[in-house]
Amino acid sequence: MAVEQQERDSHTGYLTTGHEWNGIKELNTPVPRAVYFFLTLAVLYAVGYWILMPAWPLGATYTKGLLGIDQRNVVAESLKAAAADRSVWTRKIETESFAAIQSDPKLMQIVRSTGNTLFGDNCAACHGRDAMGGPGFPNLTASPMLFGDQAEQIFNTIRVGINSPHADTRVSQMPAFGRDKMLPRADVLKAATFVYSLSHKEAKNLDPATVEAGKKIFAANCVSCHGDDAKGNPELGAPNLTDAFWIYGGDLDSIDTTIWGGRQGHMPTWEGRLSELDRKILTLYLLDKRRASP
Amino acid sequence: MIAQLTRNERLHAIQIGLVVAVCGLLLGLAGRDDPIGLHGGLIFVAGLLAIFLVGRDYYAPEPSDDRLTRYYDDPSKAGVVLSIAWAVFGLAVGDWVAWQLVNPDLTFGGGWSSFGRIRPVHTTSVIFGFGGNGLIATSLYVLQRTSRARLPDQLAPWFVLLGYNLFCVLAVTGYMMGITQSKEYAEPEWYADIWLVVVWVVYFLIYLRTLARRKEPHIYVSNWYYMAFILVVAILHIVNNLAMPLSFGSAKSYSAFSGVQDAMTQWWYGHNAVAFFLTAGFLGMMYYFLPVQSGRPIFSYRLSIISFWGITFFYMWAGSHHLHYTALPQWVQTLGITFSLMLLVPSWASAGNALLTLNGAWHKVRDDATLRFMMVAAVFYGLTTFEGSFMAIRSVNSLSHYTDWTIGHVHAGALGWVAFITFGSIYASVPWLWNRDGMYSAKLVEAHFWLGLAGTVIYVFAMWNSGIIQGLMWRTYNESGTLAYSFVDSLVAMRPYYVARAVGGLFFLIGACLGAYNIWMTIKNPGLVATQGGGRPEPKLAAQPAE
Repeated sequence: MAVEQQERDSHTGYLTTGHEWNGIKELNTPVPRAVYFFLTLAVLYAVGYWILMPAWPLGATYTKGLLGIDQRNVVAESLKAAAADRSVWTRKIETESFAAIQSDPKLMQIVRSTGNTLFGDNCAACHGRDAMGGPGFPNLTASPMLFGDQAEQIFNTIRVGINSPHADTRVSQMPAFGRDKMLPRADVLKAATFVYSLSHKEAKNLDPATVEAGKKIFAANCVSCHGDDAKGNPELGAPNLTDAFWIYGGDLDSIDTTIWGGRQGHMPTWEGRLSELDRKILTLYLLDKRRASP
Repeated sequence: MIAQLTRNERLHAIQIGLVVAVCGLLLGLAGRDDPIGLHGGLIFVAGLLAIFLVGRDYYAPEPSDDRLTRYYDDPSKAGVVLSIAWAVFGLAVGDWVAWQLVNPDLTFGGGWSSFGRIRPVHTTSVIFGFGGNGLIATSLYVLQRTSRARLPDQLAPWFVLLGYNLFCVLAVTGYMMGITQSKEYAEPEWYADIWLVVVWVVYFLIYLRTLARRKEPHIYVSNWYYMAFILVVAILHIVNNLAMPLSFGSAKSYSAFSGVQDAMTQWWYGHNAVAFFLTAGFLGMMYYFLPVQSGRPIFSYRLSIISFWGITFFYMWAGSHHLHYTALPQWVQTLGITFSLMLLVPSWASAGNALLTLNGAWHKVRDDATLRFMMVAAVFYGLTTFEGSFMAIRSVNSLSHYTDWTIGHVHAGALGWVAFITFGSIYASVPWLWNRDGMYSAKLVEAHFWLGLAGTVIYVFAMWNSGIIQGLMWRTYNESGTLAYSFVDSLVAMRPYYVARAVGGLFFLIGACLGAYNIWMTIKNPGLVATQGGGRPEPKLAAQPAE
């Protein structure tokens, strides 16, 4: 048994409790009044909160609180109020034609700010924050759109997506001519060389015989989608092969890879994920960006 | 280590090793087509290693009864070394994770090194590896001295320490293989969880058995905190991890809870893990090492009692504040807010009790970096508990929730409070444990202190800024009533703060490395052995029969 001896601490003037553990003593200082004060204050606050707000469970129900506040109602009401505030301009965008909206500078200002956020949250993951695309994902500001670049066409592409689960989805597939053994290895390269020559008229180092052979292979295998002039077909989502825009790369290697392994890009359907209003804003936002870019 | 075990204990150790090895072998065979198989192999090797090490010295002479007149500190020594090793590892991984947020490509292409896998490696290593080993090491040290009784046997503490570290290794290696329950701070799967329960029960029994042998009439407040830590963590761990494994040979299990009940159980666990692992345990540490290092009596015995019961009672209700504005019924959120607010009073009473204890010793705080670690820890404890109660208020939470503010809050607590009180306690106890006059280099302790403090402040300020900017960007509307910023815009705005955070973390890591070096040199340098009969005089115990 340790000897229980209370002593007075010279620094604080308080007595110790008389216990000692391995040299540690404790002062018998009374609990400062502030502690009781703030504890009472906190408890009063809590009790007040419980009386006013939903607080304690009662079996299958709970105390609802005098203020009658319920977080579900609060959210529902604030969503309603926000929608009412926005209806000044949302109704116009919903009802007016694309052309009419485009000629209304005030509405287009809203389209730009709202569209920028919508695009950033929904489209930028693939197409980039600036909508300039990247390998495998088209540049939306300048390049031709596979399924057409008119307002209604863009609007519809956003709605149904490309190769998506939507019933009306836009469908497009570039077959894997090499991998699926429709063309021998050498022919794939010949066809690629010909396709390359279409957009690289100035290329000097191409063997004319190869290009010519590729042209025959192209005529036999590719024209049904890309057309006799290789200018593509928006109905089928077949790209124009004579211009400078490429989703999967326009160098000889990339074209060769595309013909060998095929391509089947995917764009999600946004019907059901974005409201018609939001999709219309995005369409207008893209048209605006395309108009602004050279 | 083996030489200190009695013949009987060696026999038990081999039996335990055998059981562990057989369990590991069965797991390994049943799960040979599953990641659990590798863990089965690991457990098998751990069991074999125990059998081999004990068996090799099985016939070594038994320890003399003279040992019973001294405290048994070897497990504490090993615990301190393990703690600091986990600290360096865990902080290094943490800083790596921080740089990944600056540059996501820093995975070096491995699946194991992706953010989602090494982030829990960081949290488990620092919380359970660094913090947990620190708690075990100091609790065994404090328990014996404040009870004036030796641990009841030599085997149980080693079982707890090594078993616990086996759990940590299983956890950390599991994450990298993709084994996780996806419950924050409770990621390890069912087999590791069951093992931890066994270890933890033995830990609690060591406490009860030693207290039963105590020669002091009263149980010191540190032990109340340490016991609350052990007991409540056991309850939390068991309830939150109730799950049904797919099969004995599969690492995957399904939780007993689903939907909002699962979320509530998880955050009841999560918040009380903060309360009882990261707070109660370390308050136990503080209540011993702060008065000893400062040479001052505890400011108020009564305040420590009030705080203890306040903290243990109020914390239990606060978990729902993690789920504001979710599917959780609002009445549960109300209880979470109100109890979080009331909790502030006992929390500040504890911090105040610590700081007021230093009255009369402030000159020591100025001169002694070890004591300054503890002082700063108490200050950060006060800051963090205030911030926590504040963030629990729904309207504040609507801004702070899901932002970096939460990360800043957690690290103010984890770096400023938990790590600082642990470093302080380790710097105090290393010379006592290894019988040295002091640390190898006081200057390095000083450097560690300032690096740690600078790192913490940079980290926390970066995350406060980042979090508040994020929160404001997410809720800013333009004139037409639509969101002004996309999520990606907020990511771009956070980048400079992520760089700052990673730099702050690097400071903290360098400090911990200096600490590890300093501790290692103190242990390894025989020239430092205390000249005057020990770094800290110990009483000779009246020999009690070992159990």
